[in-house]
Amino acid sequence: MIRAQELTKYFKVHRRQPGFANAMKSLVHRKYDTVKAVDGVSFTIERGERVGFLGPNGAGKTTTLKVLSGLLHPTSGSVEVAGHVPFKREPQLLGKITLVMGQKSQLIWDLPPAETYAMNRAVFDVDQADFDKRLGELTELLELGDLVDKPARQLSLGERMKCELAAALLHGPTTLFLDEPTIGLDVAMQVAIRDFVRSYNQRHEATVLLTSHYMDDVVALCPRIIVIDQGKLIHDGDLRALIKTMDPDKRVSFTLVESISDDELAKLGTLLSKEAQRITLKVADREIGTVVGHLLGTLKAADLAIEDPPLEDVLRQMFGRAKAPPP
Amino acid sequence: MRSAFSRTLRAMPTLLRVGVAETVAYRAEFLVWMLTSTMPLIMLALWTSVAAEAPFQDFTSADFVAYYLAVLIVRNLTGNWVAWQIAEEVRMGILSMRLLRPIHPFIAYAVLHISAVPFRSMIALPLCVILLLSSGASALTTEPLQIALLLPSILLAWLITFGIMFALGGTAFWITQNFGIVNFYFGLWSLLSGYLLPLALLPQALRTIAKWLPFHAMLGAPVELMMRHLSSAQVAELIGRQVAWAVASILIGLAVWRAGVRRFEAVGG
Repeated sequence: MIRAQELTKYFKVHRRQPGFANAMKSLVHRKYDTVKAVDGVSFTIERGERVGFLGPNGAGKTTTLKVLSGLLHPTSGSVEVAGHVPFKREPQLLGKITLVMGQKSQLIWDLPPAETYAMNRAVFDVDQADFDKRLGELTELLELGDLVDKPARQLSLGERMKCELAAALLHGPTTLFLDEPTIGLDVAMQVAIRDFVRSYNQRHEATVLLTSHYMDDVVALCPRIIVIDQGKLIHDGDLRALIKTMDPDKRVSFTLVESISDDELAKLGTLLSKEAQRITLKVADREIGTVVGHLLGTLKAADLAIEDPPLEDVLRQMFGRAKAPPP
Repeated sequence: MRSAFSRTLRAMPTLLRVGVAETVAYRAEFLVWMLTSTMPLIMLALWTSVAAEAPFQDFTSADFVAYYLAVLIVRNLTGNWVAWQIAEEVRMGILSMRLLRPIHPFIAYAVLHISAVPFRSMIALPLCVILLLSSGASALTTEPLQIALLLPSILLAWLITFGIMFALGGTAFWITQNFGIVNFYFGLWSLLSGYLLPLALLPQALRTIAKWLPFHAMLGAPVELMMRHLSSAQVAELIGRQVAWAVASILIGLAVWRAGVRRFEAVGG
């Protein structure tokens, strides 16, 4: 279980204006600003949950993950992960958690991943038989093949990420902190990593806390999302419920054989796009039945689809709203 | 969960093996490092020419040859670059990954640097030993006690050097670009450890200062043990100082780390 109570993390940041004179001035007198990266965030995550952590750049997502994994000491508030205080970094806790950062490598750069795996086995004190079994499982799930024998620096981004995931999971952690694990990967690889995380979660009843810029990752993996903006928690709950609250209207897409005027369409809902004969309307939830009936019956619409609004749109709306109005 | 100590012990062979593999992987850096630790050879050439005609303050030409070859041997066995490594890892945020492993970074870095020693001294060490035995043999000790204590003394010198370098590396938690501090330290170390010239050639005031600082215990102590005929009391004092500094430098290193790691900002996503 993960619990954060009124968690705050502030950083002191040195500020200086550009230019030589300002550089000299900052030698003598330094100006510091306090950045509230995380500002009074509380949540509880039960074992086995998959939770998406969303927010714009600089919202405090990664900082929260770093506090939860014990890399950062919180400024105030309390944090507990699997019964431990993370920043104490007790070996018992480190054996239960893992942190994967899409932009940081734990693989030894000039050696094949197999060497990092051997080192992790030794420092995490994993039994050789367990290690072989887990490596076999990870090799199969992630299709590692002979990648583990190539120097890490010669692997492609996608190959390296797969090897990183294996390195992060060889000690059998039950809490996974994944920070942008699919960044820079192509769609096929993103799907592969996503499937893998889901299957690991189900096999090991592992708790997963994921941040990602790719909304598809979050939609596909996380039934629950926590939204954080400017260090503050602004939503915690079911993904669908969030979408429903923020934007209850549905997106209705269809194809028409005969042309129709925009005025006619406006009577059915808000026109979002009209490309060739493919039309997308925004329709209020309570009018869906009437509109769909009219589209299928009178207008003979084909390929009709009713969808929730894309998460990106909902979030854009949300972050726009969450920002404090200018004084 | 088994105890941290026994777990660390069991991890040791694998850590050493991986450390060796890592050292060997950086072939070019390795070669440069082996070729650049030549300052003692320059000093050797300088002082042997000074002492060519007549001994300089009791140091004959052969004494200088033996002294600087011994310096080169000890330096090869005890030098490490952990201060730079820590600074780089803190600055780039790479340290994050190290902190997530259940082994104290002091041990993890130490093992890596120990495993590099045999390779780094692969060329210089045999060469120096052969030269020392052939041309400086007359200046070497024949005392069994000194010979027996040589290896422990080198080990202690390694520990002190590592502890201090670890502490210096830890200053990167406060001053991200700590190269200035490390360079200043190297200036002091070169002068007061006996690296540039034997402490006996320094002015009395500097010698007194050197006596109370750790630098001599890091290099001069094992070198003197190798060379001069020392009394048992002097040997005991040398080793005693080394033991005290080894304990102190490990404690200082760990304390700096403990205080500093709280400030670690784990930069970069």
